[in-house]
Amino acid sequence: MNNHTVNEHIQCRLMVIGAGMAGMAATLFAANRQIDTVQVGVTGEINFASGLLDLLAVHPIPSGTLWDNPREAVRRLVREAPDHPYARLTMDRIESALEEFTSFLKKVGHPYYFHSGRNSQVLTAVGTAKTTYAVPLSMHNGSIAYKKRLPCLLVDFEGLKGFSGRQIAETMKRQWPALRHVSLGFPDVSGEAYTEHMARALETESIRAQLADAVRPYLKGVEMVGLPAILGIYRTRDIIAFLEDALGLPVFEIPGIPPSITGLRLREVFEDQLPHRGVRTFYQKRVLSAHIQKNGSFLFAVGGGEPEVRITADAVILATGRFFGKGLTADHREIREALFDLPVFQPDCRGQWHRRAFLNPGGHPINQCGLETDEQFRPLSLEKKPVHHHLYAAGSILAHQDWIRQKCGSGLAIATAHAAVAAFERATDNEIDASATG
Amino acid sequence: MKTIPHIKTQVLIIGGGITGTGLARDLALRGVRCVLVEARDINAGASGGNHGLLHSGARYAVTDPVAAGSCCKEGELLKRLAPHCIETTGGYFVAVAGDDEDYIDDFERSCRQIGIISEPLDVKEALEIEPSLSPDIIAAYRVNDATIDPFRLSLDNIAHARELGTTLLRFHRVVGFDRQAGRIQKTCLTDTRNGGNTTVDAQIVVNATGAWAARVAALADVTINTICSKGSLLVTHTRITDGVINRLRRPGDADILVPGGTVSILGTTAERVDNPDVIFPEIHEIDHIINECSVMVPALVSTRCIRAFCGVRPLIDSGGGDDDRSASRGFMLLDHLEAGVDNFITITGGKLTTYRLMAEKTADLVCRRLGVGIPCTTHMVPLPNAEDVRWTEPGLSPRTWIARQEPDDLLLCECEMVSRRIVDDIVTSIRRQKGEPDLSAIGLRSRVGKGQCQGTICSQQLTAYLYRQHQIAAREGSDQLRRFLQERWRGQYPLLWDIPLVQAELQEAIYCGLFGLELDQEGT
Repeated sequence: MNNHTVNEHIQCRLMVIGAGMAGMAATLFAANRQIDTVQVGVTGEINFASGLLDLLAVHPIPSGTLWDNPREAVRRLVREAPDHPYARLTMDRIESALEEFTSFLKKVGHPYYFHSGRNSQVLTAVGTAKTTYAVPLSMHNGSIAYKKRLPCLLVDFEGLKGFSGRQIAETMKRQWPALRHVSLGFPDVSGEAYTEHMARALETESIRAQLADAVRPYLKGVEMVGLPAILGIYRTRDIIAFLEDALGLPVFEIPGIPPSITGLRLREVFEDQLPHRGVRTFYQKRVLSAHIQKNGSFLFAVGGGEPEVRITADAVILATGRFFGKGLTADHREIREALFDLPVFQPDCRGQWHRRAFLNPGGHPINQCGLETDEQFRPLSLEKKPVHHHLYAAGSILAHQDWIRQKCGSGLAIATAHAAVAAFERATDNEIDASATG
Repeated sequence: MKTIPHIKTQVLIIGGGITGTGLARDLALRGVRCVLVEARDINAGASGGNHGLLHSGARYAVTDPVAAGSCCKEGELLKRLAPHCIETTGGYFVAVAGDDEDYIDDFERSCRQIGIISEPLDVKEALEIEPSLSPDIIAAYRVNDATIDPFRLSLDNIAHARELGTTLLRFHRVVGFDRQAGRIQKTCLTDTRNGGNTTVDAQIVVNATGAWAARVAALADVTINTICSKGSLLVTHTRITDGVINRLRRPGDADILVPGGTVSILGTTAERVDNPDVIFPEIHEIDHIINECSVMVPALVSTRCIRAFCGVRPLIDSGGGDDDRSASRGFMLLDHLEAGVDNFITITGGKLTTYRLMAEKTADLVCRRLGVGIPCTTHMVPLPNAEDVRWTEPGLSPRTWIARQEPDDLLLCECEMVSRRIVDDIVTSIRRQKGEPDLSAIGLRSRVGKGQCQGTICSQQLTAYLYRQHQIAAREGSDQLRRFLQERWRGQYPLLWDIPLVQAELQEAIYCGLFGLELDQEGT
């Protein structure tokens, strides 16, 4: 992969731009439907993923109301915020998208757990309980432990910054008094310990065994063991099985500040698997220029810094994310879409982008800006018409949502990617029908 | 009934800015026992919200020669007595095409009359010295402006005062005076952290609360007329010029660039505010500063700004109408004897540069009242460099960390290279002063959170570390994180476009998206 010659010209039916959660999901769904697909994007952003798949936890935003049943939450949201991207989706669509996405992850060794369709809570490194929907294997036991407030040992490591078992235990003390904590040295590490280094070290059995030996003396009276998210990148399932066997107790990971392994795991899975499914991928490359040609197809120049490849595509799914993903850019006057300069729904002036309180309960208006689309997830022109019949958008670049505050980022990315791929598939079927009958 | 703790002292100083801390040191040097109370932390008001300029006096030469003369004299004195707080950058006054040429003549004449050094430069020479100046400048003068670290200055003053016996109470707000028989008999304080009450019985009470002076005086039924004039400033990502750059025109908005270590500070604006507790640097002020300052230094249009902040100048209301620029920069020493209180004094107005003189005049009055005959010595006794406050100096943390080369001394703030051992030093110093080493207090005493990531990574790294060291317990960490992030946010939100906007989105994704700090966790 990624060894195409300079100035090569590639043709495809669908080009997915973006390699975050929405881009990966769109590419996966397209590959599953045997759509001839090229994916371009820098995979840096997915490194920041927590690994948890949120569907919807908070609605309405200002009240901060947390929902136990995400389906009910979506139904209420759709009724009360009819511009939200979820309002363009059926519950069936959202479910089948998540199902298709997680069954792929399960197949490649990263199973996810759904708690009978309910939201569940996991502990975070700052000692809060995060409400989420689907929980990866590595955090599954943690959500059970939280629910039952089981006696748990929280382990932190001397050289690992930003993670303190005592912080979590102290912060949770009132609602979960049975948390204990211990600080240990990580096997073979002196000085600073890095999550990625620790995770890679645990891929080897001797380090796992040393870790288990170090933890074992502190297990009296506890029923589970919580650790920072360091339990491997590729063989997480084996590492957890090994530790649980060696300790005789279930273990779980606790998500924390970046750089985090949970995102790296997902990135490695997709980077490895998507090319096997026939997708031509250009990771760590960017779309440098985009044109719509006279015949209606798209022409892109793609490269690291200089153009390396030209790509022609019949259709595009824009999954470039928001400001962090560089799908949107802002100068001190206005917000623009970076690639096609599509109209961006946004507040009237910069004075209305942010609130004066970072944690303002209502959230920041800028987070609701983005692309407005039709029912097929096609971005609209100023005249409210689709800009192009085969230009789709998915994920956080969409307007009228605040994934950070609503806790709906992954669900939004995966479900809208699913809908965009389906819309493209339906449109091409229609075109084939039309040409057959015509 | 619980008895309320009671403190007896000669002088109670209200306000822990540069005026209050400077006064505490002056009185302590004369052997007077003082208690200094501060509602928040050292330099929480205008003393911490300015550009850190040590005026040569040239700025006010034309419009306020008395203040200009004091600035000139005091500036030179401080360069000798507190050199560790000062960078002798030098400064320039530059005019651009279209600026009032009559003012240029007045400037030169006024400086000469007052005795302020201002050396004319030809434009070519000025551009060679400061290449980022606009090629459109038409006149340039070199002056003796310098920069001063206001945090260090106040912390050193209070450190010296404490060494000499002064008591400092941070986070103690004055909530009332017991005024009887023409005297303040007792001053009532509330600890803003736990709500506890304390009373102080002082022979003299000095109100050195800057923009809050009128509010505090009103608690004793004393009316004073001050104007609260907010000034906003912004900090660039890099240092743009070596020297201070002033616009050669009448004092106005956005007429100065002050270098400060590795950054430059641009300012300022002047907007009247009613309540000094609720001030924010506003977006229109920030845009105005960038537009105006870029007339002198064009590169500012595309320079990344990392932070905005503001302070409130306590100006003397001379009835000069709405133009607060023409209000005097001199100070006001008010003996409230006339208002029927014979042991209450207010000192307000003035400039950072003249703080020592203000303290001297106030202490002279206090000593006359107390019958203390010992004269002022702050114009002769060098300001000691309190070892434990040095970590605010840009570049010092990285140099120390690199020199130490200790593998266990991990960096808790990577952007500004503040390590565990530096944090340990600061924690020890705060504990020694009977303070609580919370995130904000450590932030005030170091450069933690002041780098590119604006606290995104380091605030949790620091919190986790403080928990490990048993410096934080229970749920305090979450509250401290919320407060610290909000303090950083105040300075970020008017500047959120381009890269800082990307950074802010990441910060919110972590602290709200994953950690849910915006949600009330208490009840869950």
